[in-house]
Amino acid sequence: MSDRSSLDEFGGGPGLFGPPHAPRGREEGTRAALIAFVSTIIFLVVALWAILSSDAWPAVQRQFFNWDHFVEVFPDVLGGFWLDVKMFLFAEIVILAFSLLIAMIRSLRGPAFFPLRALAIIFIDLIRGIPVILLILLLGFGVPALQLPGVPKSALFWGLTALIISYSAYTAEVYRAGIESVHESQRMSARSLGLTQGQALRYVLVPQAIRNVIPALLNGFVSLQKDVALVLILGIREAVREADIYAAKTFNYTGYIAAALLFLAVSVPVARFTDWYTERDRRKKQSVGT
Amino acid sequence: MKPKLELRGVWKAFDDKEVLREVDLVVDHHEVVCLIGSSGSGKSTMLKCINLLVSIDDGTILLDGADITAPGVNPNQVREEMGIVFQAFNLFPHMNVIDNITLSPRKVHGVARAEAEEKGKDLLERFGLSDKVVEYPDRLSGGEQQRVAVIRALATEPDLMLFDEVTSALDPELVAEVLDVIRGLKDDGMTMVIATHEMGFARDVADQVCFLDQGRILEHGQPRQIFSTPQEARTQQFLQRIIDAGRL
Repeated sequence: MSDRSSLDEFGGGPGLFGPPHAPRGREEGTRAALIAFVSTIIFLVVALWAILSSDAWPAVQRQFFNWDHFVEVFPDVLGGFWLDVKMFLFAEIVILAFSLLIAMIRSLRGPAFFPLRALAIIFIDLIRGIPVILLILLLGFGVPALQLPGVPKSALFWGLTALIISYSAYTAEVYRAGIESVHESQRMSARSLGLTQGQALRYVLVPQAIRNVIPALLNGFVSLQKDVALVLILGIREAVREADIYAAKTFNYTGYIAAALLFLAVSVPVARFTDWYTERDRRKKQSVGT
Repeated sequence: MKPKLELRGVWKAFDDKEVLREVDLVVDHHEVVCLIGSSGSGKSTMLKCINLLVSIDDGTILLDGADITAPGVNPNQVREEMGIVFQAFNLFPHMNVIDNITLSPRKVHGVARAEAEEKGKDLLERFGLSDKVVEYPDRLSGGEQQRVAVIRALATEPDLMLFDEVTSALDPELVAEVLDVIRGLKDDGMTMVIATHEMGFARDVADQVCFLDQGRILEHGQPRQIFSTPQEARTQQFLQRIIDAGRL
């Protein structure tokens, strides 16, 4: 499964199904790309013209796309966005590990593990049933208000904890689907070699499962990368909050656009990468089948 | 001396379907037992019961005289003493050949990696696979994969081997190379229980042949007796169909 670059030629292109340097196929490909390019340009020009010539455009531009406001608000929004990125990276790492643990517990077989399994199921059901925003409010405002000794009072800490708990419940289900997608015979042959359930999961099932769910996990990345902004409700000055503060001060919403652009700058590449990876994976599987 | 393996009155049902009905079997040390019978007759389930991959409903299974179906027996310890090879190879696709082979010695038996790999390579060489050490399973032919699966089971040094129709998923021209491996094990004196559809092979290699029909061992004996003068009508019928198909 590791290095099979030589198989890639089977996946697509003319390699297998036509002569190696099929001139016709290449010419048609170039023409298709040209047509797609030209029609896209025409579409964009028409769409832009329609927007810019509409009566509402001047007002929209003043409120949302004002360059002067953009220059003024951008440093604050960027600073806030850096906090978003840090929150995202930290939360994602914890989520990937914690949810894998939950999924493994849920995948244990046998009556002896029933209490653990039940606990995992209850956790997943409860957390998935509560809106993220509600969980953030509950933990972020609720726990510090208890004034318990030794318990952190930072809103950032509890906001992140809420995100981690919430996303872990979803991600655990992604992992579990992956574990179940590995054929039962793999578990059986691992057990027949004397491996315990835990060892079979760790060395045989989970490595294959993760490979199967990487696209779904990447989807979760994109989702979390945006949802970290929800902690703004606790007053944490991340990107959207900074834009919000600016809008409240100036009644101009360009800051929101700035924040949106920053989120897009991260999430669009990840989305493209997910597609690319999924497609590559699909081709690999097909080439193995032939 | 106690027999290597003994099944006494073993029953197994999946839901309402009875798959094994009062199966009795004695396998002596260094004996090779072949299980024959049509698909669904219970051969495969019987092997999985012996390996404790499937729990039995009634009866006992004794390994070296010890009851391995008694409550409180650790199945992992029992499995360390026997190897099983399945029809569908079941190699771990994300590991190369040597890692497949050394996983159990290293993780279950605590053998050091260098030592486990050395032993694994010796086995690969013995079975003509020394050039496949770092290959991944999907780059091997079916016959090669199945031989690696046999080596993987042998790497834990079992003294009982179970084979579950190990050639049924192979292209005809690859069957011989896997059967030769099993013949080699017989020469080493390995105790084996083999479920198979290869009647010629069963006749050559078996000390005892059991004909299973609807979960019962209907008839058992030396291969010559079973294949030449079967007593039961069902056995005669089964063998006749095999002969008609040109497989014996």
